[in-house]
Amino acid sequence: MPRRRDAVVRRGLRHIGRAVSEQRAMFTLALLGSSLYAGMTVASAYVIGGITDRVLLPSFDDGATTGAALGLAALAILVVAVLKIVGIIGRRLFAGIMSYRLMADYRRRVTGQYLRLPLSWHQRHPTGQLLSNANSDVEASWFFVAPLPFACGALVMVAITVVALVLTDPLLAVVGLVVFPLVFVINAVYSQVMSPRMERAQQLRAEVSEIAHESFDAALVVKTLGREDDEARRFAVKADELRDGLVAVGRVRGLFDPMMEALPNLGTLAVLLVGAERVADGATQAGDLVSIAYLFTLLALPIRAIGWVLADLPRAMAGFDRVTPVLQATGEIPHGPDAAPTGETGATVALRGVEFRHEGAPRPTLQGITFDVAAGRTLAVVGPTGSGKSTLAGLLVRLVDPDRGTVELDGVDLRTLREGEVSSQVAFVAQSTFLFDDTVRDNVTLGGDFTDEQVHEALRTAAAEDFVARLPGGLDTHVGERGASLSGGQRQRLAIARAVIRHPRLLVLDDATSAVDPSVEARILDALRATDHPATVVVVAYRQATIALADEVVWIENGRLVARGAHEELLAQVPGYARLVRAYQPPEADAAERETAGAQA
Amino acid sequence: MLPKDRGAESATATLRRGLRMMPEFRHGLPLTFLLALVATAGRVVVPIAVQQTLDRGLGAPGGPDIGLVRELVAICAVVVLVTGVAVYRMNVRLFRTTETALAGLRVRAFRHVHDLSVLHQQGQRRGSLVSRVTSDVDQLSVFMQWGGVLGLVSLGQLVVATVVMAVYSWQLTLLVLVCFIPLGVAVKFFARRLATVYGLVRERIGDVLAAVGESVVGAPTVRAYGIRARTAARLDRAIDRHYRASVDAQKTTAAVYVSGEFVAAVANAAVVVVGVWLGIGGHISAGTLVAFLFLVTLFVAPVQTASEVLNEAQNAVAGFRRVLDVLDTEPDVQDPAVADPEHARGLPPGPLDVRFDHVGFGYAPGARKALDGVDLAIAPRTRVAIVGETGSGKTTFAKLVTRLMDPTEGRVLVGGVPLTEVAFASLRERVVMVPQDGFLFDASIADNVRYGRPALTDAEITAAFDELGLGDWLRGLSDGVRTPVGQRGESLSAGERQLVAVARAYVADPDLLVLDEATSAVDPATEMRLTRALDALTDGRTTLTIAHRLSTAERADEVLVVDAGRVVQRGRHADLVDAPGPYAGLHASWRRSSGRQPEPVV
Repeated sequence: MPRRRDAVVRRGLRHIGRAVSEQRAMFTLALLGSSLYAGMTVASAYVIGGITDRVLLPSFDDGATTGAALGLAALAILVVAVLKIVGIIGRRLFAGIMSYRLMADYRRRVTGQYLRLPLSWHQRHPTGQLLSNANSDVEASWFFVAPLPFACGALVMVAITVVALVLTDPLLAVVGLVVFPLVFVINAVYSQVMSPRMERAQQLRAEVSEIAHESFDAALVVKTLGREDDEARRFAVKADELRDGLVAVGRVRGLFDPMMEALPNLGTLAVLLVGAERVADGATQAGDLVSIAYLFTLLALPIRAIGWVLADLPRAMAGFDRVTPVLQATGEIPHGPDAAPTGETGATVALRGVEFRHEGAPRPTLQGITFDVAAGRTLAVVGPTGSGKSTLAGLLVRLVDPDRGTVELDGVDLRTLREGEVSSQVAFVAQSTFLFDDTVRDNVTLGGDFTDEQVHEALRTAAAEDFVARLPGGLDTHVGERGASLSGGQRQRLAIARAVIRHPRLLVLDDATSAVDPSVEARILDALRATDHPATVVVVAYRQATIALADEVVWIENGRLVARGAHEELLAQVPGYARLVRAYQPPEADAAERETAGAQA
Repeated sequence: MLPKDRGAESATATLRRGLRMMPEFRHGLPLTFLLALVATAGRVVVPIAVQQTLDRGLGAPGGPDIGLVRELVAICAVVVLVTGVAVYRMNVRLFRTTETALAGLRVRAFRHVHDLSVLHQQGQRRGSLVSRVTSDVDQLSVFMQWGGVLGLVSLGQLVVATVVMAVYSWQLTLLVLVCFIPLGVAVKFFARRLATVYGLVRERIGDVLAAVGESVVGAPTVRAYGIRARTAARLDRAIDRHYRASVDAQKTTAAVYVSGEFVAAVANAAVVVVGVWLGIGGHISAGTLVAFLFLVTLFVAPVQTASEVLNEAQNAVAGFRRVLDVLDTEPDVQDPAVADPEHARGLPPGPLDVRFDHVGFGYAPGARKALDGVDLAIAPRTRVAIVGETGSGKTTFAKLVTRLMDPTEGRVLVGGVPLTEVAFASLRERVVMVPQDGFLFDASIADNVRYGRPALTDAEITAAFDELGLGDWLRGLSDGVRTPVGQRGESLSAGERQLVAVARAYVADPDLLVLDEATSAVDPATEMRLTRALDALTDGRTTLTIAHRLSTAERADEVLVVDAGRVVQRGRHADLVDAPGPYAGLHASWRRSSGRQPEPVV
C-alpha cells in the first residue's frame, strides 16, 4: 500500500512536469502572474494591518484624523488591488492558454495517429472509445493545468506568509507552521482516497455509455422483439452502479470541502488567541494581529487551488493513461520509396501466395491466393458468404497488407510504393459506403482538382446525375452527417462516382451496387463498360449481370482460390459456383429445360 | 417527431419542469436546506470573532481581557466545527439525492427513447440520443457535485453577510451595497456575454467531434483515396477553432472575475474612509470597522464563484433541458396496455390475417406520402412478396404492419383487431420483423439468437440453425453457437450477420413474420437454401417478404407491386409476369441482372 501511494504521487508529479515542460513559456508567464497575485494578496493584508495601526486606531483614540492619512490609506488599498488584478489576469489568461494549447496539441497528436495507424488497429478499437480518447480523455488529461499556476502561486503565498509570520512574531509563526502542513497532508490523503473511486466512476460511465450505444443501435431489434423493458432493466443495473460510485466520490469530496474550509478559519481563531496574549504582553501590535488574521482569510481560496489540482490529478492520469496507448501505438503501414508505374491503360494486378489472418482469428481468412489480372481486363470475385472476398478487395487497395505473399501492381509490390501512390492509381468502392458531411461535389472530388464537367460525367456514369439534379442545391447540396439525407442506393452511386472520376487504372468494387435497384445497376454497368479508358476492374459480386461483365471469374471458398476461368467454364466445372450463381433460377425452369432436352432426345 | 426546440425556456422553468420529472429530488429537501442555512451562517463567525477580540478583548476598558478572548475563540471554534459537520452532512445528502434523482432520470429517459421513432427512422441521430442519457446527465452530476453546492452556499453567504453587516452598521452596509450596484447591473450583461462565448465553445467542440468521427468511421475511405492530408487539415481547422473560442471564453471569464476583485477594493477603500469618519463621530467601534473589511471579502466571493460556475451551470441547464425534452416528446406509437388499458386486447390465437383500411402515411406533414390510400387484405397462412423500386414505400408497409409507426390515415388490422388496440406484449410475441440491418449484440451467436426467447438452450439453437439449412455454416465457425460475434457483430461478415438475425426471428416463433430485405447481403445459394427452409418451416404462418431479389416473388403465393406509395398490381407471379404493368419491367431487369437472358422482345 505505501508503495502504491508513493507511485501515485510520483506519477502525478511526473504528469505535472510533463505539462510544464511542454508549455514552458506559458507556464512561466502564468506563474509570474500568479506570483504577483500572491505577493499582492499578502501585501493587501499588511495594508489592512498598517491602516488599522496607523489610521484606524489612532483616529478612533484621538477622535480626529487627517484627509491625507485617509487618502493614502484608500490609495494603498486601490494600488495593491490593481496590481493584484494584473496578476490575476496574467495568471488566468496564460494558464488558460496553457491548458487549451495542451488539449489542442494532444487532440492533433491523437487524431494524427488515427489517420496514420493501419485499419487493423482501427478494427480492434471501438468507435466510441476512439471518439472519447480524442475528446474527453484529452480534456481530462489537461484540465488540472488551468488552476496549476494558481496552486503554484499559492505555494509562493504560503512561503511569503511563513516568512512574514516569522518576522512579525515567532509565536504566531508556529500557528502557521501547524496549519499549512496540515493542509498539504489533508490534500495528499484526499487524492489518495479519491483516485480509485474516481477511476471506478469513470469506468462505470463508460460502461453505461456502451450499453446505451448498443441498445439504441439495436433499437429495431429491441422493439420488434418487444424487449424494451428488459433493455431498460439492463441499463438500470449499470446506472445504479454508477450512482453508487458517484455517491462514493461525493462522500469523500463532501468531507474534504468543509475540512479545507474549516482549516484557515481555525487558523484565524488560533491567531486571535495567541495574538491577543501577545498584544496584551506588548510583544506585538494589534495591526499585526489584524494583518495575519486577514491573511489567513485571504489564503483560504488559493490554498483550495492546490486542492483542485491534486483532486483532479487522478482523473488526469486516468485520462492520460487512456490516451497514451493511442500515441504509442505503432504499426503504421510502412511505405517504400518508389513511384507507382503509370500509363494510359489499366494496370496489371498480381497476387502471389497471399495469406491473411485477422488478429485473434483462429485461422487465416485467405490462404495461398495466387492470380493475375491482365491490364484492362475485368475479374469477378465470387464466393459464398464469409469466404473472404471483402478481405481480398482490401488487400488489392492496400487497406491491409498480407501476412505472407505479395500484392503487385504492374509487377511492383504495393509495399515498395510511396505513400499516396496506390491511391493515385487505384480506386475502391467499399461494401458500406462512407460519405463526408459535405457537399455532393466535395464528396465526389474529395478535394481533388476536378471541373464540374468531370463531376457531372462521373455522376452520369454512376447513374447518379438524375437524382443529384433533383436535389435542392444540385452539386452544392450538403448530404448531412454520413450522407444521412440520401438513401442507401443514392449513397452507393455517389461512392461509385467518387471512384470513376479519378479514372483509376485499377477499380475495385466490393459488392458496391447491393443497395441499387437491378435496373439502375444495369445502367451503371453499361456505362462502366462503355468507358474510353478501360481500367482493370476487380469486382466482388453475387449478381449474374455483374459477373457477366467480367472476362474471368475466380471462385473463392473458405479463404482459398478454388477455381478460375470464364463464367461458363466455372458453371460447368464447379458445382458450388453453379449452385450459387444459378440459385435464382426457379426449379420449374430446370424442369422445363430437362423436358425440352428429353423431347429432343 | 424530434424533441421540440425550447431554446427560449428560462433556467427556472427548466428547473421546475425537472423537479416535476424527478420526484426523488424532493425527498428530504427541508433538512438539506436547514443544513445549508447552518453552513452559511457559520461563515460569518470569523469576522465576528475579529470584531469581538478587538473591541471587547483587546480594547476592554481595563486593558486586554485574555479570558474573554479565550472564551470567544473556544465558542467560535465550536461553531466552525459544527458548521463543518453541517456542510459535510449537507453535501452527502445533496449528492445522494441528486445522484439518485439523476439515475432515475437517466433510466426513464433511456426507456422513453426506446419508444421514440426517431431511433429507427433517423439512425444518424442515435449518437445524440445516446448523449441524452450519458454526457448530458453526467454534466448535471458533475455540476451538482461541484458548482451546485458552491452556488447554493455562496448565495446564502451573500445574504448572511449582508444581515451581519446591517447589524453592525447600516451606514457602512449601504455604502458597500452602493459600491456593488454597478456590478449587480453588470452581472446580467456578464451572464449574457459568458453564455455567448461558452455557447460558441460548445458548438466548436461539436465540430471537433464530428471531424474526429469522420476520420474514425471513414478510415477505410481516407486510406483508399489517399486523403490523409485533407482529413488532417479539416481536423486541425476544427481543433484550432475550438482552441481560439476557448481562449476567448477564458478572456471573458477573467474580465468578469477581476471586476469583482476591483469592486471589492473600491468598497474596502470606501469603508476605511467613511468608517473612520463614522468612528470619529462615535457611530462605530474600531473592531466593527475591521470586521467590515473581513465581511466585504465574504461579500465579493459569491460574485467570483458565480463567474466560475456560470459556464458549468449553463452547460448543465442546457443538458438538463435536452434530457427533459426527450422525456417530453410524446412517443409516436403508444402501447395500449399502458395508454388505454381498458381497450387493450391480445391478438386472437391461430394464424393471422392482415388488412389495410384506406391506409396513408407521410413522414412529415405536407411531404409526399410514402403510402397513399392503400386498401388490401392478406389471407392467413399466405406468403406475400412486396416488390417495387427503391423509395416506393415497401419498408413503410413493413413498419406499419409491425406497428413501428401508426398510419396518418386509415387503420391497419391484424387478426381482425386494429393494431392500435393490440397490447405490445401480444403484438411483439406474435408479429416479428427481421430488418435489413439485423443488429447483433456483442455476445455469442447463441445469446443473440435467444434474445427474444431467453430460455432457449444452446442445443435448441443449434437445432434451429440445422432446420434453417445453416448447420454447415455454423459448424464452420470456430466455436459453433458459442462463437462471439464481436461489437455489432463485426467479427461476422454482413451476410453472416443476416443469417443470425433470421435465426433470431425464427426461434421467436411468430405467427406473422415480416422480412425486410433480410437476406440482401447473403450469397444467392445460401439465400435460396435459407428461404426454402423458411418456406417449409413457416408453413401455416403468414409471411410478408420485401426483397429486390425477385426470386422471392417467383415463389410467393401472392405478389404486391408497390409504386409511388400505391399498390399498383397484385396477383401470382405467373399471372403478373406476362401482364402489362410495372412487374413485368421489374422482373425483366431482375432476370437480366441475375443472368437469365431476357425473353426476346417481339
